[in-house]
Amino acid sequence: MATTPSITRDEVAHLANLARIDLTDAELDHLAPQLSVILESVASISGVADENTPPTSHALPLTNVFREDVVTPGLTADEALSGAPEHEGQRFKVPRILGDEQ
Amino acid sequence: MSASHTTAARLAEELAAGNVTAVEVTQRHLDRIAAVDGQVHAFLHVDAEGALEQAAASDARRADGRSLSPLDGVPIAVKDVMATKGLPTTCGSRILEGWVPPYDATVVARLREAGLPILGKTNMDEFAMGSSTEHSAYGPTRNPWDLGRIPGGSGGGSAAAVAAYEAPLAIGTDTGGSIRQPGAVTGTVGVKPTYGGVSRYGLVSLANSLDQAGPVTRTVLDAALLHEVIGGHDPRDSTSIDAPLPDLVGAARRGAEGDLTGVRIGVVKELGGEGYQAGVLARFQESVDLMVAAGAELVEVSCPSFVHALATYYLILPAEASSNLARFDAMRYGLRKYPEGVEAPSAEEVMRATREAGFGDEVKRRIILGTYALSSGYYDAYYGQAQKVRTLISQDFAEAFTHADVLLSPTAPTTAFELGEKLDDPLAMYLNDLATIPANLSGVPGISVPSGLADEDGLPAGVQILAPAMRDDRVYVVGAALEAALTEKWGGPLLDQARGLEGVSA
Repeated sequence: MATTPSITRDEVAHLANLARIDLTDAELDHLAPQLSVILESVASISGVADENTPPTSHALPLTNVFREDVVTPGLTADEALSGAPEHEGQRFKVPRILGDEQ
Repeated sequence: MSASHTTAARLAEELAAGNVTAVEVTQRHLDRIAAVDGQVHAFLHVDAEGALEQAAASDARRADGRSLSPLDGVPIAVKDVMATKGLPTTCGSRILEGWVPPYDATVVARLREAGLPILGKTNMDEFAMGSSTEHSAYGPTRNPWDLGRIPGGSGGGSAAAVAAYEAPLAIGTDTGGSIRQPGAVTGTVGVKPTYGGVSRYGLVSLANSLDQAGPVTRTVLDAALLHEVIGGHDPRDSTSIDAPLPDLVGAARRGAEGDLTGVRIGVVKELGGEGYQAGVLARFQESVDLMVAAGAELVEVSCPSFVHALATYYLILPAEASSNLARFDAMRYGLRKYPEGVEAPSAEEVMRATREAGFGDEVKRRIILGTYALSSGYYDAYYGQAQKVRTLISQDFAEAFTHADVLLSPTAPTTAFELGEKLDDPLAMYLNDLATIPANLSGVPGISVPSGLADEDGLPAGVQILAPAMRDDRVYVVGAALEAALTEKWGGPLLDQARGLEGVSA
């Protein structure tokens, strides 16, 4: 890992892009130094656990859950669509998902 | 004393005896909300009509001898992170402004099945990210002890509602301390149950391996009564524990008798000292002394990995949050905003513009941090390492619980700070959860009980009591014993000393 962790403004812009959030220039200026400070702080855990320590993903052990394959009531189409920004018939209406060339 | 200034347990008795009706009780709380919530701002939505209808139905059931539970007719407030059918659910975010869920969270369904009228939805830090409720998109909640100060967070709305007598009971959620820390700084009681002890179905996920809903109340017995209503297995949550709850109400009643003979209480060396306010530590020591006087055996325990808990948490939480909040994509529910100056924008461009407009600063910070921690090249160094340290923290707990039946620490390092003081200093804000985070990482249950007022500022502090997983009954036994000893010392409940709302009628 990097010895002195920090996040540059460009990296924050890249991460925001990956996370699908537009950030203004002012937000980038503000966030980049704050994220670097947080990162420096959390980087202190590097080297705390050795390779023999197993990772924990959940506090208590999980087992897969099965149930009988029987129909149970769910949302109606109207209920499922009730919070949609736009819908048409019984479908969610969304902006185009392909580029012009397709 | 007005009728709203009593406990839920007492209200339940009064209802059962026919001395008061659920409609009267509910109306008194609605009146109190009308009188003080303009200043406290604990509620994002009040459902007066629905609550009164539910109360009337409760009275009708009681008249027929068909009451649904001991708390039938006792009204409650619900944190706005819980889906409530027919009631707005915003999570304190613009991105869910006006969203009305078509279904109830299991916790909410159980409240309805037990007959508790729902007064409304309480304010919170956006998507439960914060320790002050200042990150709510709808404005902060204020502490009933001092309206210039924060009520804790993220569940500051639920804690303030209970502290201001706007509701006898409330639901909170605790991912890193969001039930317990607000409890400490508002002089109220908050319980984070064992992870999996209360269903997460319909709880909007922040960090799903850490999130846990629980009771927010004024007394330990009230918390136990509410915990028994909302807890227990739910097939709709794959992480729900498929085992009966311990007898929590019995534990609280037994504890209230005040005898701790034979109980080993462990003070966690790493959760105290530097960074903790002197008045908080003084009240903590006093509480420990009272427990010893009640017969408890004091042991000091060391949990060396706890010093890494905060860093571990601020890697695991953002990583999970960045994944969970990907669902806010402007397609199926919530806000949709089109980017300016773009003709026929793509779904991806709409998603970007929506998340820019709909999320606040802290949510953006954590999503970006989580995206970083999960990105290739950094995954092993950050997220992978954090998951291993999580194991070490659980091992520390396991070792500590071989020496002690319960572990103790101050709940929060300081009393309530002033609004705005830490708003743009994320690290300073994160330190508020120093003592509460280890329990979430390890899944163990914890309670915060008021320990008294700090000498330097006259504001409330709390004691945290932690127990092994699935031994939630122990936090109720010890919490109730401490509460009984302190109440006797104070000559009444700590909240009787709150002066922040003096002069406000009703």
